[in-house]
Amino acid sequence: MTGSSPILEMSGISKTFPGVKALSDVSLAVYPGEIHALMGENGAGKSTLMKILSGAYQADSGGEIRIDGKPVAITSPLAALHHGISTIYQELSLAPNLSVAENILLGREHRNGLMIDRRSMEAACRDVLARLGVGFGPSTRVAELSMAERQLVEIARALIANARILIMDEPTTSLSSRETDALFSLVRQLRLDGLAIIYISHRMAEVYELADRVSVLRDGAYVGTLERGDISAERLVRMMVGRDLSSFYKKDHNAKGSRGPVILSVRNVGDAERVHECSFDLHLGETLGIAGLVGAGRTELARLIYGADRRTSGEITLEGRPLSIRRPEDAIEAGIVYLTEDRKNLGLFLDMTVRENVNLNVLERDARLGRVLNLKAARERAAAAIRSLGIRVAGDFVPVGTLSGGNQQKVLLSRLLETKPRVLILDEPTRGVDIGAKSEIYRLIDELVRRGVGVIVISSELPEIVGICDRVLVMREGRIAGEVGGADHPPITQEAIVAIATGVREAAA
Amino acid sequence: MTPPNGTSTSIQDPGQAGADTQTQTLQRRRAWRSTLQAIGMLPVLIILGIAFQLMSGRFLSIQNLSIVAQQASINTVLAAGMTFVILTGGIDLSVGSILAAAAMVAVIASKIPDWGMVGVPAALLTGLALGLVNGALIAFMRLPPFIVTLGSLTAVRGFARLLGADTTQFNPDLPFAFIGNGTLFGVPWLVVIAMVVVLVSWFILRRTVLGTHIYAVGGNPDAARLTGIKVWAVLLFVYCMSGLTSGLGGAMSAARLYAANGLQLGQSYELDAIAAVILGGTSFVGGIGSIWGTLIGALIIAVLSNGLILVGVSDIWQFIIKGLVIIGAVALDRYRLKGSART
Repeated sequence: MTGSSPILEMSGISKTFPGVKALSDVSLAVYPGEIHALMGENGAGKSTLMKILSGAYQADSGGEIRIDGKPVAITSPLAALHHGISTIYQELSLAPNLSVAENILLGREHRNGLMIDRRSMEAACRDVLARLGVGFGPSTRVAELSMAERQLVEIARALIANARILIMDEPTTSLSSRETDALFSLVRQLRLDGLAIIYISHRMAEVYELADRVSVLRDGAYVGTLERGDISAERLVRMMVGRDLSSFYKKDHNAKGSRGPVILSVRNVGDAERVHECSFDLHLGETLGIAGLVGAGRTELARLIYGADRRTSGEITLEGRPLSIRRPEDAIEAGIVYLTEDRKNLGLFLDMTVRENVNLNVLERDARLGRVLNLKAARERAAAAIRSLGIRVAGDFVPVGTLSGGNQQKVLLSRLLETKPRVLILDEPTRGVDIGAKSEIYRLIDELVRRGVGVIVISSELPEIVGICDRVLVMREGRIAGEVGGADHPPITQEAIVAIATGVREAAA
Repeated sequence: MTPPNGTSTSIQDPGQAGADTQTQTLQRRRAWRSTLQAIGMLPVLIILGIAFQLMSGRFLSIQNLSIVAQQASINTVLAAGMTFVILTGGIDLSVGSILAAAAMVAVIASKIPDWGMVGVPAALLTGLALGLVNGALIAFMRLPPFIVTLGSLTAVRGFARLLGADTTQFNPDLPFAFIGNGTLFGVPWLVVIAMVVVLVSWFILRRTVLGTHIYAVGGNPDAARLTGIKVWAVLLFVYCMSGLTSGLGGAMSAARLYAANGLQLGQSYELDAIAAVILGGTSFVGGIGSIWGTLIGALIIAVLSNGLILVGVSDIWQFIIKGLVIIGAVALDRYRLKGSART
């Protein structure tokens, strides 16, 4: 990068999804032989930008991508490959039942007439594998490799395609610390070979250690780039967060001083895999937030409490009574309900009507003669839900799949509320919801807390967490790494949460 | 800012006024689609009926229609059970074999002196028990329904042959022969039974908690589990139901023939049952469909068989035409679901 010209320049890149501007006028310049880190909160637009670069998405017209100074059109993943851009994805994209060589040369198989020439393929791979210094041969089946080794196969695939720009999206997520060290030295080696590496990461420590430069995105816009000498945690956090709190967060209930007794008590809950020894208390009259980066174990913890996944350790007590929750129906029976973050795949029944969706959890409660549907009660419940939550719909006979995101979320919420829960765990309650519905959901949360329902909110949107929660647990790598708000803890600020979530600061838990 | 397809949901409401017109078009499109689904194949059935009448001149006689209804009855009963299974996204290939086994049990039991009527409950229990085995393997061992019932298709066929030591069982004094040949107020008992099965199925699917759970499990199994629905119990029930209707079909066959043969009876009946369900507009991936559609589907198959014979089409061509009609119907199914969340 010393004095050379950029290998890649992106300028004026915008991307609009229906109803959402994911990127607006983003620019980025990357030089050969540099490790360029890309940072930003969840949803800041990092992945979208990289998907445009790798041909998975098309940018809105108006922007320009130049490689070696020449404008290029990246219309497909194949075109990106052709221009020397390779991506190592978080979810590895290998075929586990094929050999290493077959995976590396997928789509470029060597042929000997009609037959695949295995020997020539393996020979071609041997060189590149040797360059990466791996401990397995080209004929090994990918299924037998560890996650770290599979990543190396992906890198080998990029190298053999003559990649000059390598995009790595959170490459260390599933690696142990020793594997991470090995990966780092390999990445440095590739930098010496003149590759440009775009490195997406949430982890401050990695960025310090590796990056030559860091660019920060926020809310789909380019914030700035720091040179190696200028990189500091404080500056990065401010660049990532720095925005005003919106005023529309509703918090009428006052938890300070009037916090009620403990309603839900969670002790040492874990699954020996993604969640470890999580303990906390939820008090009546407070909104408890759970923050953390994607993959920190927030959703996994909620699913363990709800019985959606099997936990290997821990106790859960509701209002002093120990619970044995093994399945979701046990949790619902006890009065704990969970709003999933993935409402279309795990929450709603899109082909079924609003009425059926609203009533699904209380059909048995309302049923006559044991199991016969009570149609009158169902109609009344649906009508009441539509009225009280302001669901915009022509009638309760409409299939839920036709509603907007905000109205779908209200239907799902009303289904949970029909069970008269004692504790409500809301996972990303405003994801994919428009501004109007968002403030209505905040008002609903506030009202529930005042009515004496325990509410836990999991959210990746920091302003939301800061705006509506009285106390926030911050998770990192499957553990509760710290707490903000409440009596003996630092006040709730976005900076404090990001600092704990990324591991810059270890707050007393 | 129109969404890419009919039922996808926009991430945000693009403003009040725009959203309203958008919602309206969506609802109109949706209403059109559900109307299509509700009337489904009824026009096809009517057109077939008229066409066969024009070609043969005797299709629409009372006598012939009664024959068609009787021919449709056993398949309707099997297809009713199959509707439950396919609504959950599963399949039951073993219904023809279970029918054969149940018919064998029915005829053998009918020979017990003074207790011949036991044949009917014995057939029902046989079907129920075999369905329970299918259901247990699918619900508890999480084996794929196609594989499990493909296995029982073969195994139960062998079991049926074993029952009669691989011979045809006769009983000329079958005590429940009225089921296959008698009438109730002028309506053949076979038809009465089929209609009762359809009504009971409708009641279970549309008027009970269980029925709603069946649609939920078929529509979104992951969400169903997270909602607290006992998915295993639903799966167990639908395969038991399919087994029970197969057992009933066995009793009906035995009553009609005064005999049963473990090798030949019910061969490829599963295909007609599946075809009736699919013709009726029930989605193969589950969650969408109705028992009325299945009834129409079974009638179309019976009308085709009967009509083609009346018109004098050869046996070979009957197969070809029936097959093509089924493929055409599935193509229509695709068209109906086009643009919905799941195709």
